[in-house]
Amino acid sequence: MITLGDYLIVSGILFTIGFAGVMLRRNLIIILMSLELMLNAANLSLVAFSRFRVGPTGLPDYNAQVFVFFIITVAAAEVAVGLAILVALYRARQTTDLNDISSLKF
Amino acid sequence: MNSILPWIILLTPLASAVVIVLFTLRWKTVSGFISIAAVLVSFTCSCLIFTQSGLTAAEFTWIDIGSVFKVPFGFTLDQLSKTMLLVVSGVGATIHIYSLGYMRNDEGKSRYFAALSLFMFAMLGIVLANNFIMLFIFWELVGFTSYVLIGHWLNRDAAADAANKAFITTRIGDFGFMIGILMVWMATGSIVFAESAPKMAIFASHPGFVTIAALLIFCGAVGKSAQFPLHVWLPDAMEGPTPISALIHAATMVAAGVYMLVRVAFVIQASQSALLVVAWIGTITAAMAALIATQQNDIKRILAYSTLSQLGYMMMAVGLASNDAAMFHLFTHAFFKALLFLGAGSIIVMLHHEQNIWKMGGLSRKLPITFVTFAVGALALIGCPPFSGFFSKDAILALAYEHNAPIFIVGLFTAFLTAFYVVRLLVIVFFGDTRSEVARQSRESPLVMTGPLIVLAILAALGGFGFFARNFLTVPVEKETGFLVPVLAFGALIVGSGLAIAIYRNRANEPIEIEVLRHKFYFDEFYAWLIKWTQELLAHVSAFFDRWIIDTVAVDGSSRGTWGVGALLRLIQVGNLQTYAFLFGLGVVAVIYFAVFR
Repeated sequence: MITLGDYLIVSGILFTIGFAGVMLRRNLIIILMSLELMLNAANLSLVAFSRFRVGPTGLPDYNAQVFVFFIITVAAAEVAVGLAILVALYRARQTTDLNDISSLKF
Repeated sequence: MNSILPWIILLTPLASAVVIVLFTLRWKTVSGFISIAAVLVSFTCSCLIFTQSGLTAAEFTWIDIGSVFKVPFGFTLDQLSKTMLLVVSGVGATIHIYSLGYMRNDEGKSRYFAALSLFMFAMLGIVLANNFIMLFIFWELVGFTSYVLIGHWLNRDAAADAANKAFITTRIGDFGFMIGILMVWMATGSIVFAESAPKMAIFASHPGFVTIAALLIFCGAVGKSAQFPLHVWLPDAMEGPTPISALIHAATMVAAGVYMLVRVAFVIQASQSALLVVAWIGTITAAMAALIATQQNDIKRILAYSTLSQLGYMMMAVGLASNDAAMFHLFTHAFFKALLFLGAGSIIVMLHHEQNIWKMGGLSRKLPITFVTFAVGALALIGCPPFSGFFSKDAILALAYEHNAPIFIVGLFTAFLTAFYVVRLLVIVFFGDTRSEVARQSRESPLVMTGPLIVLAILAALGGFGFFARNFLTVPVEKETGFLVPVLAFGALIVGSGLAIAIYRNRANEPIEIEVLRHKFYFDEFYAWLIKWTQELLAHVSAFFDRWIIDTVAVDGSSRGTWGVGALLRLIQVGNLQTYAFLFGLGVVAVIYFAVFR
């Protein structure tokens, strides 16, 4: 029997992988992908919460699932904007490596 | 009975000043006549007021701040102010007429007469004022006109400096005066003389407060009446035209200090220690000025020091709580001192502005009218019976004899010195050989100048007699001191004059030189040093403050502080996107922690 705890552990592992990717990788595209991974980890836990919280009518709590749809929509928009910035940046700098993009440094 | 006369007396000179400044600056003769007409109107009205009793005048409220602070613009019309009105406008009138002769060829004649009229306005305002604030404002106005008139010959540096010195020195005293007025207002809740006088008794339980208030008010008189230690401006003020020296710096304005003290005697006499201070300041001034006068060579400066000395006598009388004696001496002094100055002016003009007495000599033959009138004034000044000065000075000395022996002795010594330096002046200027070319070519002044001299000489001769003076003021009645005081005073007079004649007869230059007196006890040097010293101290303190507090701490400190904080903050600006993201994440965690779990 798969419990809520198992889902949350998977969600936590996914979030950690995503976070590690954002923090450690140098390629902007990978970072963007890791970001998506973190979002989906959050989605997974939300859906799990929804599934395991059954109301008095015997139906799951759909609030969390609605929330997930919103997150997916926002994530899509975010990816569109993020990739557009990335393309623009690549055109300007011919690189997607973070080590080369550090003009805000003192 | 309400009367318009006080208003006419006060406003005519003001109108004259305004008309001269606005319309007749170019027509010098016209300006002179307007000014003289104005002072004659004031004089006539003063005479009319003097003959009537029970007069009142319309007044209005000038400043009204709730019920806390009320300043009326009203008049005091008692025996004191009526007499003072006569003295001021009377002496003023003679001096206006005399000025017509003295300032005959002066470039700034219109300015001179405008200022003279403004002075009459201010001085009459002091005399008529019925409250402290009015008194103070007119008091400052006479200070201002005195400044303008001392600096009349504004191209001369000495005159400009003297004007500044007079104004600044008297301002020091006036500052105290102002605080004194505020203290009286604080104590009694009113600045009208008649209203605050009865309330002074409440403060008998606070002798310290009353003493300080009295001394601060006395400060004003010290400045204006040139008492020790603020006396230094008066001798320098002789840089102004001689009629000004006669009117402002001998007869009226400098006497305003004494008049003011008599007017506010209810404050001064509320404190015994204040009275003692006033008496001693007067005594010190009298003796010190007389000592200095014995070694001066400028005819006007000698007279200036004698003015100081006589004002000292008046202060002595005020300090001995006898207003009558003070006013009596003020009354006689106004005439004989104005006379002496006008006589000196007559000599100075005829000698083409030569003021050194050693360049004169033998003038009794050249200027007979001036000589006779000057001699009358001099005899009155040294208190020779039966001239006016004898009676008034004798009254003060008798008073001192009764109340305070040390003051009496110093007063008697001053009388001796007075006789000495006045006779010295007479001997050097009017007798012996003529010692310079200008003196040899001099001749008698025109009638417009000798006329006022004669009028004043008559007043100076008769002014002291009871039958004359009693019409104007309360002549102090001597208690039974017998003949001792007059005899002693007369003895001092004889010794002083005899000594002066013996030393100075037929001399061509000064036989005795006393450096400390010649340098006026080094007061000017001392003040110059004091001012220099305080100025430098102040400069050093402010330089330190500027250099270390303003520059280092405030200006450099704030710039270095900003710079330092910036240097610290830029350490976290590493330019690495992931670091920013990490810190951002930490921040979010922290916010959640504080928002949810605390």
